[in-house]
This record gives sequence, C-alpha cells and structure tokens, in this order.
Amino acid sequence: MAEKKILTKDFGAPGLAHLAGYEQTGGYQAYQKALKELQPDALVEMVKKSGLRGRGGAGFGTGQKWSFLPKGVYPRYLVINADESEPGCFKDRYLLEASPHQVVEGLLIAAFAIGCNLAFIYIRGEYLPQHEALEWALAEARQAGYIGKNVLGSGFDVDVILHRGAGAYICGEETALLTSLEGYRGEPRLKPPFPAIKGLYGKPTVVNNVETVATLPHIVSNGPDWFATIGTETGKGTRLWCMSGHVNRPGNYEMEMGAPIRELIYDLGGGVWKNRKLKAFQPGGASMMVLLPQHLDVGLDFDAIQKAGSLAGAGAMVVMDETTCMVDMCRRYVEFFHHESCGKCTPCREGTFWMTNVLTRIEEGEGKAGDADLLLEMGNNIDGRSFCPLGDASTWFPRSCIKYFRDEFEQHVTEHACPFRKERVMVA
Amino acid sequence: MSLSQATVEKIQDYARRYPSAQSAILPALWAVQHEVGYVTSDGMREVAQHLGLPASLVEATSSFYSMYLTRPEGRHDAVMCVNVACALRGAEELFAYCEQRLGIRDGQTTSDGAITLRSTIECLGACGGAPMMQIDHRFEEDLTPERVNAIFERLRTEPAPSPEPPRPAAVPPTPTPAAKAAPKRPAGGSRPREKKADT
Ligand SMILES: Cc1cc2nc3c(=O)[nH]c(=O)nc-3n(C[C@H](O)[C@H](O)[C@H](O)COP(=O)(O)O)c2cc1C
Ligand code: SF4
Ligand code: FES
Repeated sequence: MAEKKILTKDFGAPGLAHLAGYEQTGGYQAYQKALKELQPDALVEMVKKSGLRGRGGAGFGTGQKWSFLPKGVYPRYLVINADESEPGCFKDRYLLEASPHQVVEGLLIAAFAIGCNLAFIYIRGEYLPQHEALEWALAEARQAGYIGKNVLGSGFDVDVILHRGAGAYICGEETALLTSLEGYRGEPRLKPPFPAIKGLYGKPTVVNNVETVATLPHIVSNGPDWFATIGTETGKGTRLWCMSGHVNRPGNYEMEMGAPIRELIYDLGGGVWKNRKLKAFQPGGASMMVLLPQHLDVGLDFDAIQKAGSLAGAGAMVVMDETTCMVDMCRRYVEFFHHESCGKCTPCREGTFWMTNVLTRIEEGEGKAGDADLLLEMGNNIDGRSFCPLGDASTWFPRSCIKYFRDEFEQHVTEHACPFRKERVMVA
Repeated sequence: MSLSQATVEKIQDYARRYPSAQSAILPALWAVQHEVGYVTSDGMREVAQHLGLPASLVEATSSFYSMYLTRPEGRHDAVMCVNVACALRGAEELFAYCEQRLGIRDGQTTSDGAITLRSTIECLGACGGAPMMQIDHRFEEDLTPERVNAIFERLRTEPAPSPEPPRPAAVPPTPTPAAKAAPKRPAGGSRPREKKADT
C-alpha cells in the first residue's frame, strides 16, 4: 500500500513555502470559508465531529479540548507547540519547512474557532531554518491581510507572535511550555487547573501541536464526514510517521491511521538495511515501549499500538536490527531523560541519574547479578511518582526491554562485557 | 560593556509586543547573543534593566536554557547528535572521526578558532538523515567521512555567520526560491546542557 497523502499531497509544488505557491494549491481557501461561512461554535463542532485527535503525543480530541474553554472568559490564547524534540521525531520540522503556510492557515482557523486574538508559536531554538520559513510565512500572511485587524472584513482581529525557545526538551510539555513562554525557567506546572482553564498569563489557553493544526484546513475544506471516513474507528485521518534507524529508506511518511506497521517498515521504508534481521522497533519516540517483529501487523493507530503494549506518541518509528544492543539503547535514552530532567522533582532527577549509572555499569561489563531487577524497582519508584510525564516516561523503554530482552541484560553481567561490541566495532 | 542602540531598541520592541515584559526575556537574550556572541552577566543585567525586571530573574531564566553560551566560542559551531536513532547509524564512530580530524575533543575549539565541536544527546530532529550535524544551526545530513572533511575544509576559511537570521521586511519582496535559498547564517550554539549541580 502506498502512502495516503493529505497534509503532504502538495509537497514539492513550486514555491509552496511562499504565499503565491501555497495559494495556487488552494491555500487559505479553508480560512476564508471559515471566516465567511462558519461561526466559531460551528467550527468547534466540526472538528469534534471529524474525530481529529492531537498529534503532539497524548492523542486528545482536538475539538473536545477546545470546548473546555470556559464560556465568556477573555482574552484566550492559542499556542502552537513547535518544540519538537522527542528523540526520533522530525515531522513538525518537515511540515514547517515544506509548507509553513499550511501551519499558519491551520493556526488562524483554530484561533478563529476559539475566539483568540493573539496566538503564539513556540519553536525550539535549534530549528533555525524552520523559524525563518515561519517568519516569512507570517509576514506574507500579514501582508495579504490574513493576519491583522478585521481580517477580510470579517470583524476578526488576530496577531501571531513567533517565539524561539533556547534548548530544553521539557518545554515541549504544555505547562512547561507556557511557563517558559512567560519568561521563567521551563518547569512544568501542576494540573489541574488545565491550560484550558488557567493557561498562559492565567488565561484560558489551548496548546496544539503543529501537525494537529496543519490538518485543520483539510477538515474545513472537505468536511468532517470526509475526514471521519479515513482511518479507524477511534483514530481518524492520516499521520506522519518519522522513520529512522536500521531501515533502507528512513524519512517522513504520511499514512492512513490503522495501516499495518509492516507496510511502513517494509513497503515504504524498504525493509531492514544490509539484509539484516529485524530485532525490534519503537513507535512513538524515546519515551515509548519497544515492540517486536511479532507486532508487525499491528495497525499504526493510537489504540492498536496501545493494545500491543506501546504508545503511538508523536509518531516516530525507530527500527533496530539484530546487531543492536538493547542495554546500550536503554542507557542512551535514560541518559537523555536525565539530561533533560528539569530537576524540579526528586524521583525524576535522582531516579534517572541512578538508572543511568546502573545501565552504564551493565553496558561496560561491570554489572551485578540482579541489576535488571534493580532497574525494574527503580522504574517503579519513578513511574507514577514524578511530577510530570517526563519522569514516568523515562522508565517505559528500559522496562519493556527488560521484559523482552532480559537474557541480554544477564549476558552482559555474566560475560562481563557487551556481547554486541564486536559487531558494533565492525560496523564502524 | 553596553549593548548597541539597535539591540536595545529590539529588546524594547519585544517588551512592547508581548502581553508581559517578562516574556521578552528569551528573545532579548537571543538578541544579546547575536550581538556579543554569548550571554554575560553584564548582558543579563542590561536585559533586566530594559525590561524593568530584577537581574536575578533574568539570570535564573537564562541558566535553564542550554543554547545561551556563557563564553566565547569558535567562529563556527558543529554539533552532532549521538542519541539512539543517530547512534544506530554510526554517529558515535563518525564523531570520533571528527575529533580525530580536527585534533580536538568534545566541547573544544580548534586552535585557529574556526570550529567548536560538540556531541549532544539532544535529538536535533534529523534522525532520518543520521548521522547528522548542525553547522551554525543549518542541517547537514547523511554524513560520511568525506562529507565531513569537505565541511570542515569550508569552515576553516569561511567567515563567521552573520548574527541575524534574515528578517522579512514589513512588506516582503515578491519571494523567489532564489531569495530564500541564500539565507544569512546566524550565530549561536546548541551546547549539551550542563548537568545539574546536585547530581
Ligand atoms: C516531556 C514532554 C514533551 C513533549 N514535547 C512535545 C513537543 O515537542 N511537541 C508537541 O506538540 N507536544 C509535546 N508534548 C505534548 C504536549 O504536552 C501537548 O500534549 C501537546 O502539545 C498538545 O497538542 P495536541 O493536542 O495537538 O497533540 C510533550 C509532552 C511531554 C510530557
Ligand atoms: S518529572 Fe522530571 S521533568 Fe517533570 S517536573 Fe519532575 S524533574 Fe521536572
Ligand atoms: S536522534 Fe539524532 S537527530 Fe534525532
């Protein structure tokens, strides 16, 4: 099966990154339709009916999230989360680079729908070319009258501020993002109150992912019923999957929700590189649990992946061949979480430090009998006890690896060395 | 030290644009880094003064974010991601090659001041093009030793990137692919975050 392209269908059209090129593909028609023919409430209903779920990680219903905003409380803010830094994810980057106007149009539709007059885009500091693409797109949209006062005579006023982060993964978490946008250290806040009630500057706020809003123009143009026919019962539309690792053709692929993982890895990705065997793969990004070849027929959709024991997260697919050392992968990921822990709460700050230590000693052949169980115990003390999902998630990949590859952990200990080192050196 | 009039005006403009002047801290620190090359405590004090905030607040915020540099660096910044997806495709081995090629270790600057080299486990969003580097925040993907050699060769002689990304004029010119193809290069760096003091 091929890709199913909705968001990426015009990618490659000449000048798509600029207004004229984007308008030639029908760009900003949906925004104009929304302004002229639809009322904000009708738009919220439309998005609810489409079944669109957020693409930033949690998969929460977008229309539902919007409808949590308390009636009559203004100003309200919309913040587009372009902080993409989950290891394995590079889809928002692709969308921003190839078609920044599609993201801007989606943002404007969302702002109109929720009654927001000042929207923000929080983009990670490392995404400089994407920052520039957005800056141009915003300037062009402003010049065309899509952003400003009384947009196209509709009475709708809207402005957009592009805000550059400065290197902190935790700022992708929505409450940390808002704290950061207010000019503080990017530490998460307690929920509830949820941002919809008390968000940016204490006002009702919606945080939406880049891909989520990029989908909106298509829903407005083609209708919610059309959108709801694509995908599965509980996962509508398409998703971008960022595939990386030991696969012949890594990259971004847009697929219908529910298409089997096998198609992504084998048909689109060309299978495992160097004629090697598939050992494991990890959907969702750094946080998510590992899956095995026996899961290849699982559908690419929130619920199916969850049923298989992992999570779809932000749509990453990291492929690992038979030469991969799972202990080493665990060590790297947990080190990453330790590095990115904001330090606010002890289970995450200390726990990720100790887990990194134990994983490092196992990988270096200095592990002790019972280290795998020690890791599980540490995991239990972090997961559910951390202040925000970063701490919890730091334990998911290693615990799933111990579940499926416990013998590998033990082999490291009994052989006092990493059994994969030899092959890894040969790769180099 | 004191900031140029242009930078000060930029900071004041940020302060007006946001609903709260405090939100202007991050963009103001970027403006300082663009002018000076890094963020000193003097720079932070000036930011605080122009935003009407206590200096301690600006310092507390600044120290949380890894991309504000605290000391001068090489003319160019080369950062390689070695997190999982990149490691699977040989990033670590290629990084060792870079160190050897430049004769420096992770975090150091070449003696001619041309290149500061770093590895990071902060995913840089180019996992599909691993092994990858960001050179002055521009993506270089699908790297090989040969490509790395060519990049380093170029950086040896190339001047420092221009501190400002191109800002579209209030009325942008009719954009052409060519206009977009030659963006100016900004300064800055994505250095691995320092470990928290208490761990
Ligand atoms: C540690 C952490 C990092 C996150 N990073 C991102 C991110 O980079 N981009 C993103 O859109 N959502 C990220 N999220 C999810 C956001 O908190 C939030 O759910 C999302 O932006 C909501 O948008 P959506 O409803 O459109 O999915 C992250 C969550 C956590 C816990
Ligand atoms: S779980 Fe980690 S990242 Fe989240 S608040 Fe605690 S220390 Fe910070
Ligand atoms: S893991 Fe290296 S760029 Fe994403």
